[in-house]
Amino acid sequence: SSHKGALLSPPRPRGHLGTKRKALSATRRGLPKEKMSENGIMSRAKVLTIDTMNPTVKKVEYAVRGPIVQRAVELERELSEGMKKPFAEVIKANIGDAHAMGQQPITFFRQVLALCSYPELLSDSTFPEDAKSRACRILQSCGGNSMGAYSASQGIDSVRQDVARYIERRDGGVACDPDNIYLTTGASDGIVTMLKLLVCGEGTTRTGVMIPIPQYPLYSAALAELGAVQIDYFLNEEKCWSLDITELQRAVNEARQYCNPRALCIINPGNPTGQVQSRQCIEDVIRFAAKERLFLMADEVYQDNVYAEGCQFHSFKKVLFEMGPEYAETVELASFHSTSKCYMGECGFRGGYMEIINMDDEVKDQLTKLLSVRLCPPVPGQALMDLVVNPPQPGEPSYGSFIKERTATLSALAEKAKLTEQVLNTVQGISCNPVQGAMYSFPRITIPEKAVKEATEKGQQPDMFYCMKMLEETGICLVPGSGFGQKDGTYHFRMTILPPTDKLKILLNKVKEFHQRFTQQYS
Amino acid sequence: MKSMYKITLQLQRCARDITNMSQQAVNGISHRGRVLTLDSMNPNVKRVEYAVRGPIVQRAVQIEKELKEGVKKPFTEVIKANIGDAHAMGQKPITFFRQVLALCSYPALLEDSKFPEDAKKRAQRILEACGGHSIGAYSTSQGIECIRQDVARYIEKRDGGIPSNPDNIYLSTGASDAIVTILKLLVCGEGRDRTGVMISIPQYPLYSAALADLGAVQINYYLDEDNCWSLNITELRRALNAAREHCNPRVLCIINPGNPTGQVQSRQCIEDVIRFAKEEHLFLMADEVYQDNVYAEGCQFHSFKKVLFEMGPEYSNTVEMASFHSTSKCYMGECGFRGGYMEVINLDPEVKAQLIKLVSVRLCPPVPGQALLDLVVNPPQPDEPSYATFMKERTAVLSTLAEKARLTEQIFNTVPGITCNPVQGAMYTFPGITLPQKAIDKAKELGLVPDMFYCMRLLEEDGICLVPGSGFGQREGTYHFRMTILPPTDKLKVVLQKIREFHLRFTQEFS
Repeated sequence: SSHKGALLSPPRPRGHLGTKRKALSATRRGLPKEKMSENGIMSRAKVLTIDTMNPTVKKVEYAVRGPIVQRAVELERELSEGMKKPFAEVIKANIGDAHAMGQQPITFFRQVLALCSYPELLSDSTFPEDAKSRACRILQSCGGNSMGAYSASQGIDSVRQDVARYIERRDGGVACDPDNIYLTTGASDGIVTMLKLLVCGEGTTRTGVMIPIPQYPLYSAALAELGAVQIDYFLNEEKCWSLDITELQRAVNEARQYCNPRALCIINPGNPTGQVQSRQCIEDVIRFAAKERLFLMADEVYQDNVYAEGCQFHSFKKVLFEMGPEYAETVELASFHSTSKCYMGECGFRGGYMEIINMDDEVKDQLTKLLSVRLCPPVPGQALMDLVVNPPQPGEPSYGSFIKERTATLSALAEKAKLTEQVLNTVQGISCNPVQGAMYSFPRITIPEKAVKEATEKGQQPDMFYCMKMLEETGICLVPGSGFGQKDGTYHFRMTILPPTDKLKILLNKVKEFHQRFTQQYS
Repeated sequence: MKSMYKITLQLQRCARDITNMSQQAVNGISHRGRVLTLDSMNPNVKRVEYAVRGPIVQRAVQIEKELKEGVKKPFTEVIKANIGDAHAMGQKPITFFRQVLALCSYPALLEDSKFPEDAKKRAQRILEACGGHSIGAYSTSQGIECIRQDVARYIEKRDGGIPSNPDNIYLSTGASDAIVTILKLLVCGEGRDRTGVMISIPQYPLYSAALADLGAVQINYYLDEDNCWSLNITELRRALNAAREHCNPRVLCIINPGNPTGQVQSRQCIEDVIRFAKEEHLFLMADEVYQDNVYAEGCQFHSFKKVLFEMGPEYSNTVEMASFHSTSKCYMGECGFRGGYMEVINLDPEVKAQLIKLVSVRLCPPVPGQALLDLVVNPPQPDEPSYATFMKERTAVLSTLAEKARLTEQIFNTVPGITCNPVQGAMYTFPGITLPQKAIDKAKELGLVPDMFYCMRLLEEDGICLVPGSGFGQREGTYHFRMTILPPTDKLKVVLQKIREFHLRFTQEFS
């Protein structure tokens, strides 16, 4: 193959080059670069080219920050340079980035972080006492009482203890051991680390990993990079993107023909699909994992983002333990959480944790060793994680304002979830499931045959073509459904529900008008 | 070959299944073996080793816990001289940096008159570059644009005006993150075509760990201990030629100033290395995280970028290079924030697009770390209110480090059986130690590498935690340890004295 050919570089005439070098070394700096490259000073192929780079990296795709977002950034630059566009600003509804959409941070969290950053403020009387006592506790567990020291690779002890207590409270008292908690650099880091541990074998024994379709593309990207086999199971769009055990069974049976399925990934509440799993469904999944001997990975970063009536978040850990020792003592599970979503939306700090259940002790040692190479997760993110799992309590001075801020964010999100579903469902050619949870809507769109044809001619996915047009005409940046995976012949986009309500209304209206215009143009 | 491997794997699975079945028979419940076991996990991960936080450090943590629980020991505290963690050793953060970080974390403080104007100005500039003016928003995956501009200007100043393009700057989660990312891009091929990466021995074990994880071929070149750990082109050539027999060498990694060895490369040596990389068609990786940590008289830090461009377009237009820096070392020692950057030179545009895609999967480096990096590359200027304090704090840290570097060398060289090169730069000393044959035999009996045995004994007897030389690599039959020079001067003196006494005791016991 061409790949191989490029690797076997031709023998290099060392002596010849050596004399040339001596003659040239007198010229030193100062010659214009362009001239040198034009005038025939022989420049050999680069060491690192697209043909000689890591082939698994080439297979990685990550639509959430893909070409459409790059174009959005370009458009923003053009606007700021005064170029005329049919819109005044680019609205990035491509990514769950709450603060970028104007959400204010939780005051208490930021007070504590400021105190930890600059401990002289501990003597400042304008800071509430509970913020100070949290900051003191965090600093006391840092080396040299400074956030600038490395922490233990697994994360700061006292923070892991707080995480464990939080999980116990959340799960109605099911025990949690701080030794099973690993702090991470956002949830992504924990997810990739777990997948890395799981991947082995070659050919038909290569590790297969089951992921939902549509999925959050971190999963497909990580699997591509690790050279693992991606096993798709399809969520049921007709039933509000619910997970269906028959479909899991079909997917695993087929996959056993060509790989070794070892892990099952679940995102609950769903990203990009916004569904919230019922307790029954989670039980069925756990039973399936036990029967098929699969390692469970539960991505639960949207655990506080549940909006729909009658829906409730159930953690996999809780359900697992309620199913009795037959399951609780055998099924291997890793669950993931982060500081980036929920009501705090602190993406920039890259805080997160994972809890592992029933992991083999020897593997645990390997995990700790692997994490130690990267030294530690960012300490400000660890501090923030601590505040998320141990927020102000009733009786503490910051409790009132904390609850007020938290409730305001979550109820605004619930309102926006409903609004999005309602407005989109008024558009002919768009059908939208209820946004039960998380931060996204993933409506299905009908794309006229003519538009599909034009997209195909351009070498684009039809929904990419649709989203690109929308971006150019309205300044709205969405992510095409093809970036998350979808049933063949169906088209979707993912849109965050994060813009402030007023802006969201305008945005939804613009999407509506665009869709009608687009449909008309191509029918 | 491949089918043999497959058969072996199948046999392994069979064996596992049998074990699982017997387990099932024992406890009755349909409890088969776990999905993920040592035998069924990623074999590359198993090969990863990272001594800086290895078994000796785990033991140190255990001992600390025991001390807390009141267990009697021949010492009252564990001194962790295993890792370059300045704040943990009592170094105070730079006031200005932390003021700006507090302002960025809680912008309500911008109204507070206690904060100097230049700190507020920096904070405002950073916040304006953040989505929603919050460090809680994701940044672009390559890092905040205005920070990358500041980094580029810093590099230009450092390198006497050689231009730096902000598009070539990638902010990272500490330097480690960027180093692993570049290595990841470079690894391909199978068998004899597999990418080989040249690393110094002794090395910082991030390199060997990353190569094991990526399944790349590690090519060792030895630094010359007798010449103050200097790098020798003949040795590079030897290593390369030997490696060409079994892999495809494509990368040359340099750590300057050296970790764990503390040498500072001369300008001439850097030129020779660049020439070698060009001739041999190697991608250069320059780990320059200790660039402000140069102590020895007559030594000076020269960046690879600067030397490359001074060698003229024949080199500066062709040699591919990535250089790395971080917020964790130098005078600031802010390890916990995981800030860092890399600059790439002559990287193929298509590969650059792949790099941007790859880093986008992880969304962005931690924003507080990015903010901190901005302050490091754009500290208070002479006409700003915080300048004097900043300079005072910075100078104090660096001159104390220089003093401790000298002190460490002097004291170690008074101990028979310890020889220590000058600590020209960085934060460590890596002395050679003579171990008696009986101690070597005893270690073997215990299944330990001799210098691990030595360091474990030191830890148990004196509470001092060092890293054995074997964790970094060393010439066969030689033994070393790495010790940071970071403890406060008074404490460092005690540590050095204790090591001295231990070494004498140890030598006597086993002779």
